[in-house]
Amino acid sequence: MSEDAVRQAHTVRLELVDEPGELLAALQPIAENGGNLLSVFHERGHVTPRGHIPVEVDLECTAGQFDTIVEALRENGVNVTQAGAEAYGEEVTVIIAGHLVDTDLSDTLSRLESEAEASVTDFSLSSEEGTSERSSARVRLAVESGSVERTLEAVRSIADEKGLRVVAPFAGVA
Amino acid sequence: MRLCIFGAGAVGASVARLAGDYGHTVTAFADSTGAAVDAGGIDVAGALAHKDRVGSVGESDPADALAAEYDVLVEATPTTLGDAHPGFEHVEAAFDRDKHVVLANKGPVAERYDDVVALADSSVGELRFEATVAGTIPVLSTIEGVGAARVNAVRGVFNGTANFVLSRMSADGLGYEHVLAEAQDLGVAEADPSFDVDGTDAALKGAILANVIHGGGYSLADVDVEGIEDFPGSALEVAAEDGRTVRLIGEVTAGGDIRVSPRLVPENDPLAVTGTDNIVQLDTEHAGRLNLSGAGAGGPETATAVLADITRLP
Repeated sequence: MSEDAVRQAHTVRLELVDEPGELLAALQPIAENGGNLLSVFHERGHVTPRGHIPVEVDLECTAGQFDTIVEALRENGVNVTQAGAEAYGEEVTVIIAGHLVDTDLSDTLSRLESEAEASVTDFSLSSEEGTSERSSARVRLAVESGSVERTLEAVRSIADEKGLRVVAPFAGVA
Repeated sequence: MRLCIFGAGAVGASVARLAGDYGHTVTAFADSTGAAVDAGGIDVAGALAHKDRVGSVGESDPADALAAEYDVLVEATPTTLGDAHPGFEHVEAAFDRDKHVVLANKGPVAERYDDVVALADSSVGELRFEATVAGTIPVLSTIEGVGAARVNAVRGVFNGTANFVLSRMSADGLGYEHVLAEAQDLGVAEADPSFDVDGTDAALKGAILANVIHGGGYSLADVDVEGIEDFPGSALEVAAEDGRTVRLIGEVTAGGDIRVSPRLVPENDPLAVTGTDNIVQLDTEHAGRLNLSGAGAGGPETATAVLADITRLP
């Protein structure tokens, strides 16, 4: 039996919006990707500062399945705050637009990680036809809980310095 | 009620046309160069025809309109910044004579709110200005109903032209210049759309809302403004890949900050209204979140808000 086929217990912490069907939407990707649900601890009485309900899910699956499940949860729009030993805190998505390539995109991204104390978890770039070298990037940043506002400030200051435009969501809204 | 209407643009003309339906009489109607005055009621159609022919609603002096017999001054002259001249002086003249004032002109309440309120306080006349925020949408009367002190924060899409541009760029993958030109052809954007796309118009509405929910003291200078000029289509593209879109959002926070800027919002969020619609979202103390949406501009639409204000006068 290869290591990848060993089924182990894993814990996933999620934050759900208090709406009907949210828990089901969170549990479905687990079952669909071969996970075996062991327990669901739904802390209904407790809400996070953003008004979400924390849910702790114990499941059994292989390491490979676990990665697929976490990915599938995220694709379903479920906020995964912790998977196994990795704590992610909160996530925030911003768009940075302008002369991204001319202003050294990789430097921009690495400064986001160092100065904004965030890790880039998703990135998408689109360039415009006709308008030379103008492009936009969507960047999803994982940040420590409660530090979204500080991260957004750092993003704005890096963008200002490089003459880039930032489109941010409302604070506390991923 | 007897109305004295200042301003014969889309809103002023619509108020004049609809006044009769609401049981009111227009006793004076003025624009910047002329006026029609008749204590028994002017001929509205005749005045508007006069304006089409010679550029002004009548042969009298606009000052004669201010001195005329009326109960309510409807101030619908174009919004001006800074001292809000001449709208502010019209308001002052009406309150001095203990007349009511209904504003469609944003200038006086966005730029000189405290001065206007002081004039209203020392007058028997009352002040209302529903039409200055989000056209026909009953935002200020809703805030009045909830109680201004129980509205903690307000945000929304306050400018229909900017919203048309962003939502059309987003839905059809078109460029900024292309959509703006189209908006001008459709009459959605003015020949000079600067105030709409640079965020000034939305910022004025933000200042008015801040004055209302935080008790005054705000003007345009207090608003942190970023517009949508030359907004990149590629930004809307990468937003759409993630189920999001971009709208020019005005925001008055609980702490009293006012901001206008393009913001990322989920595509199915109530804030993501399309076309020229506006939305105003109120965060209230006891009633949760209220979303009010509808037409944010237009002559008859905005005139409806003016006439609703007149109905609420004592």
